[in-house]
Amino acid sequence: MNIIVVGLSHKTATVEIREKVAFSPNQIEKPLAELIGLEGIIEGVIVSTCNRVEIYATTRDIAGGIARIKRFMAEYHHLPFESLEPHLYSYHAETAIRHVFRVASSLDSMVVGEPQILGQIKTSYGYAAEFKSSGIILNRFLHKAFSVAKRVRTETKIASSAVSVAFAAVELAKKILGDLSDKTVMLIGAGEMCELAAKHFLNSGAKGVMVTNRTYERAERLAEEFSGEAVRFESFLEHLHRADIVLSSTGAPHCIIGPEDAKEVVKRRRSKPIFFIDIAVPRDIDPKVDDVENAYLFTVDHLQEIVQANLAQRSLEAEKAEEIIEQEIGQFHKWLSTLEVTPAIIALRNRFDEIRRAELDKTVAGWKDLPPDAEKRLESLTIAMMNKLLHAPTSVLKKAGQGGRVDLYIDALRQLFELEALQRDDEELELEE
Amino acid sequence: MTHMFFILTVTLYGCATAAYLACLLRTSPALTLWASRLLKLGFTAHLLSTIHLASMIKYLPLTNMQESLSFFSLAVVGGFIFFERKYKVTTLGSFVVPIALLMLIASSSLHAGVRQLPPILQSNWFWFHASLAFISYASFTIAAGVDVMYLIQRRFLKTKHFGALFQKLPSLETMDEISYRCLTVGFPLLTVAIISGAIWSEQAMGSYWVWDHKQTWSLIIWFIYAALLHGRLTIGWRGKRAAILSIFGFIVVLFTFLAMEHSIIW
Repeated sequence: MNIIVVGLSHKTATVEIREKVAFSPNQIEKPLAELIGLEGIIEGVIVSTCNRVEIYATTRDIAGGIARIKRFMAEYHHLPFESLEPHLYSYHAETAIRHVFRVASSLDSMVVGEPQILGQIKTSYGYAAEFKSSGIILNRFLHKAFSVAKRVRTETKIASSAVSVAFAAVELAKKILGDLSDKTVMLIGAGEMCELAAKHFLNSGAKGVMVTNRTYERAERLAEEFSGEAVRFESFLEHLHRADIVLSSTGAPHCIIGPEDAKEVVKRRRSKPIFFIDIAVPRDIDPKVDDVENAYLFTVDHLQEIVQANLAQRSLEAEKAEEIIEQEIGQFHKWLSTLEVTPAIIALRNRFDEIRRAELDKTVAGWKDLPPDAEKRLESLTIAMMNKLLHAPTSVLKKAGQGGRVDLYIDALRQLFELEALQRDDEELELEE
Repeated sequence: MTHMFFILTVTLYGCATAAYLACLLRTSPALTLWASRLLKLGFTAHLLSTIHLASMIKYLPLTNMQESLSFFSLAVVGGFIFFERKYKVTTLGSFVVPIALLMLIASSSLHAGVRQLPPILQSNWFWFHASLAFISYASFTIAAGVDVMYLIQRRFLKTKHFGALFQKLPSLETMDEISYRCLTVGFPLLTVAIISGAIWSEQAMGSYWVWDHKQTWSLIIWFIYAALLHGRLTIGWRGKRAAILSIFGFIVVLFTFLAMEHSIIW
């Protein structure tokens, strides 16, 4: 049995193509049904996010399975196969396992370490599990992927640092102000980045927001959105001392806050620190404000620097994560290979033992004046013979399992020893870890 | 027995110091946990050692430099354990625990002469005075440690240098709060220590205030910290200015403790 992966992602396809092949999560049953209805496809899971569309499946026929899934992706979305094919990648065996582990651990994400992807795969798997399109192998496989992702998250710092400017601002504020729960944010002017940062601050527990704008109505509207307080632009300096965090992004041609203003504010705050973030170009806040004691001024460039440093840190951590994944691939691969070898070995053994017992019973039944311990001796003799005979084929099979050409051996065994169709017993297959 | 506890304490503080310093270089929850555990074990051994010594000699071991340094170090570690619990400030350990270790090593290097307790010290006022004085000194030590960290972190923020140490150091507000806390504990204790010292002086020497070096410098220390506390409470001194004054105060404390002999005892 083989695991295969077919899909496309932000690395191979533009958003225009990605959205054409996306599967809507509300109607995932139909494609799942069609997927496992494909010839040779046994189990299937469909993962569809805005950055990737991937299908995980199990099959006995790797090349055929991959080809059929590729066609299925094109046909299901009514796209010409030739136009979609160049964007699709496919993996099988170990590379498929590695790929899914990396995706789940957010190593393949656009922003390495972003936490959403794991949740998205879990949801996709949830649908497949509910619909029973995933079976013993994919169940085990995806659970393993989840635990690998968790391990990566706890053992590396891949997701621990801020990689967006807005989030970096929040982290920086915490380094100055400590707990944000009793802190107030003042927004001067409007702007996407400013509003985004304000949202981040509120999500991180900031107490309230003051908004000021040259157009008072706009300030009011924004204040309402954040359930904050609108302040007239003409008098915003009067209110500045109530703010612990000041986000500024006006289109003003000159600085609107100078060092004297900052000194005054710090004085009114009885030296409680105040954190200025200047997002505007040209600048809203005079750089000299940073020289005022207990006032800390950062520009968007500083925040960008933090983000860059964090991204560099993440790529270092990503290397550790890759190591963890390599270890886990080995383990999972071992389980996957024993999945088929173990029942074959058990069947072979049972067959031998059956014959041994039958012959032993015949001998004992026809033997008059049987010495008292002869039956025991015969028993152990025959067991020893059986074990010796089975030793070589068992170890060859185990090795074959790890090598990958296992189907061939199992077919041969079945024919040579007239083994019945090999049944899988889930409990026996649990790999002892 | 006391000696054994003492060796154990030095060993455990040594390991804890190494672990806390390693915490500056590596981020590992396990390492942080072990640093804290080692220190708590060391503190327990230190406490037992002190109690054992006290029960042997039948008085509080505060009568000479060796005993005092050990008690000083005990109070610093105890204080740090409290703040680490309350504010989760592992990095403070990297600054304060080495100081405690150094004091303890200095203490052990001094000659431990068995001696008759001078009658002058056989006063309850003396024990009261000395133990309070050391607890207040320990508060000022921790304050100075956290203020050094404050100045480093402030510098990182002003120069926009966001390295690994920046990530590890606590927020400015947390450090300012710890420093203030230490001051509010240390200053009243120092006040009571000076008053009880004066009473003891009256008992022993017949005069409340003899203007020996120790007393004079203690008063200077009191004025420094009084100014700091006053500045914080009324004018809103914070941050850099408060930190520098607090560090200055600690240097004077150290100078007084190490260099000013007590004319009454020695």
